[in-house]
Amino acid sequence: MLTCENLLLQQGSFSLRADVRFQAGKAVALIGPSGAGKSTLLAAIAGFLTPVSGRVLWDGRDLTHAAPGDRPVSVLFQDNNLFPHLSAAQNVGLGLRPDLRLRADDQAKVAAALHDVGLDGFADRKPSALSGGQQSRVALARVLVANRPVVLLDEPFGALGPALKDEMLDLVKAKLVSAGKTVLMVTHDPADAQRMADMAALVADGTVSPPVATSDLFSNPPPALKAYLG
Amino acid sequence: MAQRAVPVTARWPGALAGALVLVLTIGTLGAVAWRAEWGGGLAPADWAAIRFTILQALLSAALSVLLAIPVARALARRRFWGRQLLITLLGAPFILPVIVAVLGLLAIFGRSGILNDGLGWFGIEPISIFGLHGVVLAHVFFNMPLAVRFILQGWLSIPAERFRLAASLNAPVGRLLEWPMLRAVVPSTFLVIFLICLTSFAVALTMGGGPRATTVELAIYQAVRFDFDLGRAALLACIQFVLCVVAAVFAWRVTGTDPIGAGLDRVVQRWDLARPAVDFAAIGLAALFLLLPLAMILLRGLPGFLDMPTTVWAAAMRSIVVAFGSAALCVLMALALALRGGAMVSVIGVMPLAASGLVVGTGAFLLVFPFVRPADVALLVTMLVNATLALPFALRSVAPAVAQIKQDYGRLALSLSMIRWSWVRLVVLPRVRRPLGFAAGLAAALSMGDLGVIALFAGQAEETLPLAMYRLMGAYRMETAASAALLLVTLSFALFWLCDRWGRADADM
Repeated sequence: MLTCENLLLQQGSFSLRADVRFQAGKAVALIGPSGAGKSTLLAAIAGFLTPVSGRVLWDGRDLTHAAPGDRPVSVLFQDNNLFPHLSAAQNVGLGLRPDLRLRADDQAKVAAALHDVGLDGFADRKPSALSGGQQSRVALARVLVANRPVVLLDEPFGALGPALKDEMLDLVKAKLVSAGKTVLMVTHDPADAQRMADMAALVADGTVSPPVATSDLFSNPPPALKAYLG
Repeated sequence: MAQRAVPVTARWPGALAGALVLVLTIGTLGAVAWRAEWGGGLAPADWAAIRFTILQALLSAALSVLLAIPVARALARRRFWGRQLLITLLGAPFILPVIVAVLGLLAIFGRSGILNDGLGWFGIEPISIFGLHGVVLAHVFFNMPLAVRFILQGWLSIPAERFRLAASLNAPVGRLLEWPMLRAVVPSTFLVIFLICLTSFAVALTMGGGPRATTVELAIYQAVRFDFDLGRAALLACIQFVLCVVAAVFAWRVTGTDPIGAGLDRVVQRWDLARPAVDFAAIGLAALFLLLPLAMILLRGLPGFLDMPTTVWAAAMRSIVVAFGSAALCVLMALALALRGGAMVSVIGVMPLAASGLVVGTGAFLLVFPFVRPADVALLVTMLVNATLALPFALRSVAPAVAQIKQDYGRLALSLSMIRWSWVRLVVLPRVRRPLGFAAGLAAALSMGDLGVIALFAGQAEETLPLAMYRLMGAYRMETAASAALLLVTLSFALFWLCDRWGRADADM
């Protein structure tokens, strides 16, 4: 269980309140208008933004003041998910060893993860020699080897075309959700939420609503979501 | 609000670099002041030096900017073969050794130069280049290209759409677009050049001299070298420091982006391009003014190039060693300070601009004087001083790049637990390589051509190439001096090219 307990987040004049629980092993879509604070919530869970008040807990363990790298959390950002000067294998390897001193069994894990996301034979390529979809797969492979229980997706596939994006969402579902990860995904597209997430939480008007079943949310949208969907 | 988006690195390298800069700027000044025997304060000659320093800097800056405006305007408006090469060449004087340029200018404007030869044909008395006009001439030679690049950048920053709009309205481009741009760009350009000319030493040493054409920096040299009057040297250094700080604060506040960088290859389409002859005359004259002195070096230096005495070659070897050491130290300090970041670092980073190289050197000698003989550490101190004096330029190249890396990849690295050495080794160093190479090239070339503190203390055995060249000129061995100049300028550009090239080598970023 990932818990945001009486969380108050502030960035300049913007503030967001969150008092919600995310069930372990579920994929939850955070949906809402842009600027509503979806990414702010992820930044707080990932440890990039210290809350003004409140706590972040994972299975009862207080994460509020843990360093980003010490949290049971992997993040995929909107962009800059790969280091352009490192090869695909090195980028994946960082998920195992942040100093890149990989042993033989680490190398094997990297190769297996690249195989898992369909990138056999691409290990030595640098990101500039990969397509946008392939770059996303490398980042996903790194999340796989890091093997942390919580995965935060801050619209990492936003720059991909519709077909590629769907393909990546399916891959996330097959590799991460099926493996029991708790996935939080920011989106402003209802179709993405319905495609991948069992649950969805509305972020609007400075608060985060508790997650409900995705189908329920869209069949009976609250006023704020109705206004957003138009 | 608290945000953590930057990986932690060790604090001691930044602290060490900062402390070193502080010791070498403030500390050396303190050492000089402390060892001084305070006598009668400033002599009338010192006041004359202060007046002359400000006067020549004002004149040099004003003339450089005035002459640069038509050239920049022409370069912004015209498209021609070799335009990009010419603009690149305009960046060259920055790393051109002062003493080489002086020799080139003497070959044209000096007593037996082309100009006086020409005047002699018409029976006109030869004119002397030495004095205020000589100093200003040399400063304009160095800084006019810099001004052109600043102002050209201003011209190219005017969006193309504005010119289109002005053309469709048949509105005067000059008053509507160019005048406001110049009002924004010219003051900062003027101040930067004023600042550069304030601390001028090598130009004043060679082109000025005499009681009526002495800068503060030159007066410091004379006070230390001939009178060993440390009190006066310290006092003059303080005055120079204050002058520079005032000018630097103004300059740094109104300065925009770096003129050394790229991005000047654009030509905006214009509709007011009558009278191309005026533009091409401006470009042609500027190119002639810049290239002729260098061509003279080549012409006079080449014949005797292989007959140079071995002492010159030995001096060249010493200069190369000093240049590499200074470049390495400079980029290490710049990197350490950039990784640390913050306002304090920015202040420390520009402080060397206000420091007197001679006082830094003298102070450094005084600090080690009880333990060693000055000549023994002449090269080491020169290396230290050169690294410190080049630091502001290196930092201007490295610091924004490091800040960008932190912004782009800080969060990713943090989420992967990449901190300290892993972050520096795997992310910062590979990604900062290009500006680092450029900074190293700059530092190496500046050190290679530097004729400053080394002139104070070096004996024959510690002579660097610029000093050897200066001594050859002093002995009126002009042919050999020209050959040494050719070697010096070749080495300076080669060092810069080598380092810059190293930075660009791994291109698949």
